[in-house]
Amino acid sequence: MGNIGHLADGFASALTPMNLMFACLGVLLGTAVGVLPGIGPAMTVALLLPVTYNVDAASAFIMFAGIYYGGMYGGSTTSILLNTPGESSSVVTAIEGNKMAKAGRAAQALATAAIGSFIAGAIGTALLALFAPTIATQAVKLGDPSYLAIMVLALVAVTAVLGSSKLRGFISLFLGLAIGLVGIDSVTGQSRLTFGIPLLSDGIDIVVVAVAIFAIGEALWVAAHLRRRPQEIVPVGRPWMGREDWRRSWKPWLRGTAYGFPFGAVPAGGAELPTFLSYVTERRLTKHPEEFGKGAIEGVAGPEAANNASAAGTLVPMLSLGLPTNATAAVMLAAMVGYGIDPGPTLFTSQSDLIWTLIASLFIGNLLLLVLNLPLAPVWARLLRTPRPYLYAGILFFASLGALAVNLQWFDLALLLVFGLLGLMMRRFGLPVLPLIIGVILGPRVESAMRKSLQLSSGDWSGLVSEPVAKIVYALIVLGAVGLLVVGRLRRPTTQEVTS
Amino acid sequence: MSADPNEDTNEVRPGVRARGATEGMSADPREVTSGATAAASPPARERDLSQLLLIGILAVLGVVVAVDASRLRNDFAKLDPVGPKAFPYAVAAALLVLAALLAVSVLRGSVPEAEEGEDIDLTQRADWTTVAKLVGVFVFLIATVNVLGWAISGALFFAGCSLTLGSRTWLRDLAIGTALSVATFYAFYSGLGVPLPAGILDGIL
Repeated sequence: MGNIGHLADGFASALTPMNLMFACLGVLLGTAVGVLPGIGPAMTVALLLPVTYNVDAASAFIMFAGIYYGGMYGGSTTSILLNTPGESSSVVTAIEGNKMAKAGRAAQALATAAIGSFIAGAIGTALLALFAPTIATQAVKLGDPSYLAIMVLALVAVTAVLGSSKLRGFISLFLGLAIGLVGIDSVTGQSRLTFGIPLLSDGIDIVVVAVAIFAIGEALWVAAHLRRRPQEIVPVGRPWMGREDWRRSWKPWLRGTAYGFPFGAVPAGGAELPTFLSYVTERRLTKHPEEFGKGAIEGVAGPEAANNASAAGTLVPMLSLGLPTNATAAVMLAAMVGYGIDPGPTLFTSQSDLIWTLIASLFIGNLLLLVLNLPLAPVWARLLRTPRPYLYAGILFFASLGALAVNLQWFDLALLLVFGLLGLMMRRFGLPVLPLIIGVILGPRVESAMRKSLQLSSGDWSGLVSEPVAKIVYALIVLGAVGLLVVGRLRRPTTQEVTS
Repeated sequence: MSADPNEDTNEVRPGVRARGATEGMSADPREVTSGATAAASPPARERDLSQLLLIGILAVLGVVVAVDASRLRNDFAKLDPVGPKAFPYAVAAALLVLAALLAVSVLRGSVPEAEEGEDIDLTQRADWTTVAKLVGVFVFLIATVNVLGWAISGALFFAGCSLTLGSRTWLRDLAIGTALSVATFYAFYSGLGVPLPAGILDGIL
């Protein structure tokens, strides 16, 4: 029962006035940027990475946790009021949510999204507190070969399962691995891909890469395709729900949570699949099938809960194994590295205080989100009217500020521009961003685990599968790859029939 | 001419939305349709040969990584049997293979799925002039930030970006930019202990 004690300590340190302020700040910032088009939670955390230089780790992560949950919630506000989801995870919410808003039920749609997110977030965080330490205790016993296998699984899964084109996913992944190579090789001390530039010998700062790919790349891409016609925004008052809405919402919330958490917790689950599954389930189970497609509340409640539960699930591999499986987790992991904290299974033992404070602040942030956001909804809706030139000029401004603050060198700004152009190119050519970021972060760790594994076996390649866990994981990768190929083969003829 | 389509994007007041809509409609119809087929519909088997640029970048990057790795030595072969070369070689090989695979699929008619978003309208043709101007403004920032300092360069950068993106109220843009850059300068200086470059205002700020 030590974990409950740890959690209580976590609450004690998260509830200090200073940390509560950071939690509020994070929740408000997260919601604001979640609502604002063009900026997601990952970009916000990336833009805020400079605060890590002078704020202590616990406070920074409390704020990041608020941004993470807040961003999820803000995204759903946008998709309900604007019908153009910014993140793929809120696509499903927009289907029924925007129909509800147009039918004059925006307040109920926002309310079921907010309360559903709260319930899913609370259950998800509780499950996180339950599972993550257990997984970490097991994972600490794993050797380098097993850990290497798990990282390879995460890389392959994130790349192959998410996104529409596997080829383009792998291109993105290997671009990221190539970026991760830059710098001095830790074992032999030789510089790799530095081209004689001493500023590159420490490697390319992940802050610069993340800010460039998320913020600059996005701003440039939007600049090329800025929507000429402002979109119609549904006006909204204070969210509320009637008795009937509650009756129809609570089951979808719980079912959505049940879908979301496990998908978030496995390396390639993501939020798209569970939100979609939840939508399909609610559509099948509803007593009001005639409302689906015209604004059924179940179709908002379920997917929104699934979305938030999956966000909590994503933190399981991140905190217990140091494996980021979505963009925000990847950037938070970068922040951890910035603090000199080694992410991995040892987190729960070496950084016990920090991690439990973080988990406690997830509960607090989740509650704050509900308390603050119900009354603030009209304010958030007004944010959607921000003039676009200011919005994107602001993004570019703060991105440059963040990169400049890393080392106070113009060189980082130049890198920011180069990688920003790479980000633009990736959006133009349909390359997913996530595999690149995860490649940059995990690449060096994969290499070091591979070298350590083979060191143990003195160069014998069988050393890579010397542990049972490694064998099982590689078998899973092979099975998954075969499975994807078979499914792809089976599906191909049918899609051709449909198109012809 | 290129700035012209941007015209109604900077409107702040909600009342002018109707006007913006009609102007958007009056844009060149040919452009709209050609853009729509290229970006939106997967069945259209038009080749997108601009992807050759991506293929070229992948191939060059693969060669650069391989050449760079070839000059590394492994002085500790006993301790480190894999050495510093193996991983770069693997990455380089993968990049080259992926470049080849992409070339094949592009020639077979694979069209990229351009990213969508709230403010993105893929039915219009891409406006690369605006992007080029933004890159120009960015280069200006890089070139001047050490000389002029963050307060001045940052303010000009913000104003330059918003003007490029379609705002026409340059005085207000400059005022907002200055407020942001001076505020962030002091926030970083006293709040975070990070001294941003002061440039020619060194001693004044």
